[in-house]
Amino acid sequence: MTRATVITNWIENVGRGTVRGLEELGYVAALLFESLYWLVRGRSRKQPVRMPSLFHEAMQIGVKAIPICAVLSFSIGVMLAIQGIESLKTFGAEAQVILGIALSISREFSPLIIGILIAGRSGSAIAARLGTMHESQEIDALRVMGVNPIRYLASPILIALIIMMPMLTILGNVMGMLGGAVYTNIELNISYTTYADRTLEILSIYDIMQGIIKSIVFAIIIALVGLSNGFQVNGGAEGVGRATTRAVVLSITYIVIADMIFTYFLNR
Amino acid sequence: MNTQKDNSKIAIEVNKLVTHYGPRKILNGIDLEIKHGEIMVIMGGSGSGKSTLLRYILGLHQPTSGAIKLLEQDITKLSADDMQQLRKNMGVAFQGGALFGSMTVGDNIRLPLREHTELDENTMRIMSRLKLEVVNLANFENLYPAELSGGMIKRAALARAIVMDPKLLFFDEPSAGLDPVAAVELDELILQLRDAMNMTIVVVTHELESAYKIADRITVLDQGDILVCDTVEKVRNSANLRVQSLLNRVPRNDDVDADEYMRRLTENPDKKH
Repeated sequence: MTRATVITNWIENVGRGTVRGLEELGYVAALLFESLYWLVRGRSRKQPVRMPSLFHEAMQIGVKAIPICAVLSFSIGVMLAIQGIESLKTFGAEAQVILGIALSISREFSPLIIGILIAGRSGSAIAARLGTMHESQEIDALRVMGVNPIRYLASPILIALIIMMPMLTILGNVMGMLGGAVYTNIELNISYTTYADRTLEILSIYDIMQGIIKSIVFAIIIALVGLSNGFQVNGGAEGVGRATTRAVVLSITYIVIADMIFTYFLNR
Repeated sequence: MNTQKDNSKIAIEVNKLVTHYGPRKILNGIDLEIKHGEIMVIMGGSGSGKSTLLRYILGLHQPTSGAIKLLEQDITKLSADDMQQLRKNMGVAFQGGALFGSMTVGDNIRLPLREHTELDENTMRIMSRLKLEVVNLANFENLYPAELSGGMIKRAALARAIVMDPKLLFFDEPSAGLDPVAAVELDELILQLRDAMNMTIVVVTHELESAYKIADRITVLDQGDILVCDTVEKVRNSANLRVQSLLNRVPRNDDVDADEYMRRLTENPDKKH
């Protein structure tokens, strides 16, 4: 292969990749717009987003994830307390660990950990379910029945995620700080009341909102990545597997990158 | 307007339909007319384009060119709202049933009613039970699709397809995967539906016996073209060799040049790119 051919092939691949990326971006933007459109205009067009579907999704995505979110957040809180106390010992400022835990959990760890957990748990389930429905012609069946698949399937998932993610993040805040309090109580003998008072003194509404806004953005990322990969499945069972893996990997990657961008702009 | 009773009127009209899958041409300018109250069977070998034709008639894809008129409305030019209205007059029984696995059979059948009507829950329940009676699935309302046999799934899918009493009913391979008795029962059901409800029915199949039994007319497709479209008798007696080889299950015997055959075998696919 000549040098010119190698360069031409490379340019061709870059071009093809860019076009594919732009196409996917357009598809995802249309998906977001249409999902929200049906939520707002569905009732007036006599095609509402069904509340039972929304509750069902909220149950699956949010309520059933409460135990695992609680355990994970509690563990993160304990882990932060261990690391914090050990590091701050050097300066004799162990008691300042409360400040570190409160800020890092509410601003950073709670939305991030919950985001990654829900991406793995629900993002994959969304892609797998829609992919399987696509392959078994259930989505075609909806279309020929005159039922818009975006309204019927995508809108409830998107809305349920946007509602449940901030709630899980608040739960993550509480459980994370509780984990920190338990370890601090054992290690430094700081009472729970003192810990709670100090935490409330440190935390501002801005810190809590920072985490909640992040969680809403993460919810949109998980929904759109899962839905777009699910709707675009082809290639049978192997295709469904591919879409599921892709949905999880991409949504976690996007969540971490989005978190980094948020942190840069909100904390400088 | 009394189109249902007037069986000389055209229910489905396909004009010069051309479709592509990527760069590959699938249908090469199909012309087809199906009358009200008629059972049209579309036949052909694998890859002939029969399932593709059905998907375009159902409005699942936009064709490259040509027109498709359902009940006198060109679906290639219809707005989303008008298409939605038209779809209330269409019922489809997909090959694998396409029942929603997370819902019971009853909920599957009630879904179109729930989405398109304002009937109360009780009336919907009665209507779904009536349709289940029609397809001999009474008492299966509360089971999930995973708990049904292949034949039952097809019948439940048919009950869902007819729950809105559509004017147009489509079947994709209704007998595929069924035992002979179940297949004959389904054929009987299709005939009963046409007679009782004067539906226009399109059946895509490769089952010869079933086609001969239910069809008013048969269309035979091959490589994206219509070979013949006529009554059962005339299609069976067609002089077209390809039609005869399809109907009599004679393997395709294309003469291949030996040099061309060797070239194809030894060709390096990478060189194409």
